[in-house]
Amino acid sequence: MKFTHSPSIARWAPPRPAVMVFSNKKAKAFFTFVALSLLTLCASQSLAVEPGEVLNDPVLEARAREVSKGFRCVVCQNQSIDDSNAALARDMRVLVRERLVAGDSNAEVSNYMVSRYGDYVLLKPPLNKSTYVLWFGPLLIIGLGILTLFIFYRRRQNSTAVTPEGLSDEERHRLEALLKGEE
Amino acid sequence: MKRLVYLLPLCIFLIIFGYFAVGLNLNPRDMPSMLIDQEVPAFDLEPIKGSTRGFSKEDLKGKVTLVNIFGSWCGACLVEHPFLMEIRAKGLVPIYGIDWREKNPDDGPRWLARRGDPYTLVGDDPKSKAAIAFGVTGAPETFFVDKRGFIRYKHVGPITQKNWQSSLWPLVQELRKQ
Repeated sequence: MKFTHSPSIARWAPPRPAVMVFSNKKAKAFFTFVALSLLTLCASQSLAVEPGEVLNDPVLEARAREVSKGFRCVVCQNQSIDDSNAALARDMRVLVRERLVAGDSNAEVSNYMVSRYGDYVLLKPPLNKSTYVLWFGPLLIIGLGILTLFIFYRRRQNSTAVTPEGLSDEERHRLEALLKGEE
Repeated sequence: MKRLVYLLPLCIFLIIFGYFAVGLNLNPRDMPSMLIDQEVPAFDLEPIKGSTRGFSKEDLKGKVTLVNIFGSWCGACLVEHPFLMEIRAKGLVPIYGIDWREKNPDDGPRWLARRGDPYTLVGDDPKSKAAIAFGVTGAPETFFVDKRGFIRYKHVGPITQKNWQSSLWPLVQELRKQ
């Protein structure tokens, strides 16, 4: 009985590994993919700033980078001029650098840009009358939420404290009677 | 009275909904100009290639003028160009051109030579100096300047027969009266 024909053992096949192993080619492709994916992380930090724009003075250049990160590119709108490749953003970066070299403070450069394009050009909205809702609205809503929860739980606590008043004498007698009757 | 409390979340929702309904329907390209009712910013532009005279802030004083930002690379400028030619031909109002960001200094003059020059004077602005001073975000943009040299209106996009008749020409006439 032991040696009856069984197709599954008749044909010998090399043992299959439990875990699928990549062929050399596939492995290479996989690691290239991972490496390239990691590269895109670096890419998001790469500069739109062209080498010709960079100032020789590293301190001024660092200030220029910092200031231009705060200005919205008015063409592409969701990028700072430091990130944007738009032509106007480039000219703004150059202008920022020229002003810094001419001795403007960061605030002066910022004021100039706001005087031309309005608060809109600042990526971080300033705190003033028209932005109170923006800055304090979320706090207000969280405050309301906490207050509501607080009131809700306070009320529930009070109501649970009230209900178990205990049994009245009459009820206790009836209960005892019932229990005795059952025994 | 107590029941009204339960309507509070709904009210808050409606307020937020209202904000979003208005805010999300605004066109992000419609940015208010900071320069309305301000003096024209100081600028002094070189002439474009082949021309002898650019223009500066001083040229805009004493009369109602239009300052038009254009470029040979700009498609919408081509759309409004025939109408600017018409304004020039009829002598309605002097238009001053800022030739903005030409890659090649020949491009602007060639564009004007081929299609006609509607401008009283043209200045060259390859580095956006004047454009940024005017708070320009794209081309074409047209600034309406009064006699004192103050900017009174900024028109974004092409000037057409339609918007000229309905609002821009009446504005020029209004500014002339002041």
